[in-house]
Amino acid sequence: MTNDLINLMADLKEEEVLTIVKKRLDTGEDPLLILDDSRKAMEIVGKRFAANEYFIPELVYSGEIAKEIAEMVRPMLVKGQDIKRLGKVVIGTVSGDIHDIGKNIVSFMLDIAGFEVYDIGIDQPPQSFIDKIQQTGASVVGLSGLLTLAFDSMKVTVDAIKDSGLRDNVKIMIGGGQMNDEIRKYTGADAYGEDAMAGVALAKKWIGVG
Amino acid sequence: MTETNIDQTKERLDLWCSAPDVAFETPQAEQDYRQRTRRISDAIQLKVPDRVPISPLVTFFPARYSGQTAQEMMYDPDKAYEAFKKVALDFQWDTAMNHINTLSGPMLEELDYKQLRWPGHGVPPDRSYQFVEAEYMKADEYDAFLDDPTGFMIRTYLPRICGTLAPFQLLPPLTMVFPYYVGLMLMIGNVAMTGAASAFESIIRAQEKFINLAMSVGIFNGEMQSLGFPILMGGTTQAPFDTLGDSLRGTQGIMLDMYRQPDKLLKALDKLLPSAIDMAVVSSAMALSPVIFIPLHKGARGFMSRKQFETFYWPTLHKLMLALIEKGLVPMPCFESDYSDRLDIIKDIPAGKAIYWFEKTDICKAKEELGDRVCLKGNVPSSIMCTGTPEQVREYCKKLIDVAGKNGGLIVDGDVGIPDEARVENVRAMTDFVKEYGVYK
Repeated sequence: MTNDLINLMADLKEEEVLTIVKKRLDTGEDPLLILDDSRKAMEIVGKRFAANEYFIPELVYSGEIAKEIAEMVRPMLVKGQDIKRLGKVVIGTVSGDIHDIGKNIVSFMLDIAGFEVYDIGIDQPPQSFIDKIQQTGASVVGLSGLLTLAFDSMKVTVDAIKDSGLRDNVKIMIGGGQMNDEIRKYTGADAYGEDAMAGVALAKKWIGVG
Repeated sequence: MTETNIDQTKERLDLWCSAPDVAFETPQAEQDYRQRTRRISDAIQLKVPDRVPISPLVTFFPARYSGQTAQEMMYDPDKAYEAFKKVALDFQWDTAMNHINTLSGPMLEELDYKQLRWPGHGVPPDRSYQFVEAEYMKADEYDAFLDDPTGFMIRTYLPRICGTLAPFQLLPPLTMVFPYYVGLMLMIGNVAMTGAASAFESIIRAQEKFINLAMSVGIFNGEMQSLGFPILMGGTTQAPFDTLGDSLRGTQGIMLDMYRQPDKLLKALDKLLPSAIDMAVVSSAMALSPVIFIPLHKGARGFMSRKQFETFYWPTLHKLMLALIEKGLVPMPCFESDYSDRLDIIKDIPAGKAIYWFEKTDICKAKEELGDRVCLKGNVPSSIMCTGTPEQVREYCKKLIDVAGKNGGLIVDGDVGIPDEARVENVRAMTDFVKEYGVYK
């Protein structure tokens, strides 16, 4: 049955997936096993995305299914019971830019991949990133931005992280509509990720689990 | 069946070139105007012009260039006028860009518009306005939209996107006016009871504010033409998928609809097609130029698969473009992001009737696949324009002209226009290089 759930979810069969989850919960199964299957299915989705079989609509849809499963499972979880986390990531849209669709997808995929994600939201000044890095001890930072105005905001943010003395503690990745490796160099970030899965791969590499 | 086979595109472009009603300031201005419109018309019709035209779109670049903020331009059309005129005169491109896209801050404020944050209203004074996406139409509202799109727009959509139009949500169905004159009385009585009168008053005040910008733009177009600078864009419209995905369902919403309710999604797209055609026709009614700008947002590889593109995005965009071409209008879709893997699909368009503007699509590949069909526009990367050097700009433009400009069929611009934050020396380098190196021998 566990393989059924993984495969059906990877194939985006929403109704069947939810029926199976309900059945398994009714039989008193450990909810963590269900969450683990959900995570495995999302890994397959991620692989299909990387192989150009799946695109953003499939990430979004599988993400919705994963959320529905989490909602169903949550009441059954014993307090403090959770999946072991790989590492911490601070992510946000830089100052002056209010776009969040891409950032939200990356946040979600990082979360599914097992990271503890601190999403600080849109239009965030450098100090917010610094505060969150200090507070959480995160070792990976994601800067998001859609517009050309984000070029300078990203550079200012990376510079501020440097000035705060935290630069050596973190790896910084950038992403968003107008970004590319040219801009990565301009901002002084460590890497540019073309899409959500590239972001996950970078985080895994940096944290040493990839 | 028509007896004579009139080339509507040629007719409209010839009208643009001849500009019968324009009073030119000087004979030189007239000569410049004709040379520039001819250059662009030739490029569109896949003939070899005298040189590669350069016709950039600008939005808030003129603000920085003339030491203003975006906020000042959105609130004072006179200031925007001067800044855009300065750009046109200083750079001497083949077309002048007017300031309609700076929008009217006072109008947006009057309506309490929710779909944008603009300088001073949610973004800093020196930044561009930005779109606020949300599910302005809910997942379970397709039937309401399909049954009565006009009613849905007035009674459900407008109250959600404009605070002052909220009373419209209490209006009775507008069709009530038809049955018997009693219906008329009920309708009028309801307008009073629902407070819709205040919404109508807000529309009137908003119109008074908008008219300042509209008149300023009209005068600008006239002055620029008389000085020898044609205006490229006659009007604007959108692909139905983007209208539904941007303004109604939101990106996340429409993506889920592709899976959860594909049939309704397809019906809604068909329903939106006539208004997309109307928008192009209405917005270009006063314009000399037949070019219709169609910024494309969600059909790229980064948003959907080829199959999804073929199923959901392309059919209504294709029909829209064919309808415009039939009217002699020249569709100019701006393919934002990367379409390199779906060029064969978008190739299905009559030759010499459209401008395809590419952002990140491999322009060499585009020339190879589409060179005998459409004029290409683009695509000096924003990253180079904002952070690179004039040397990098020239290097890119050389490749662009050598490959995409071969035998005509190219108009140079930035990849999504001149970025607001472009370095002036890079804009200068792009301009000078195209004028010098772009001459066809």
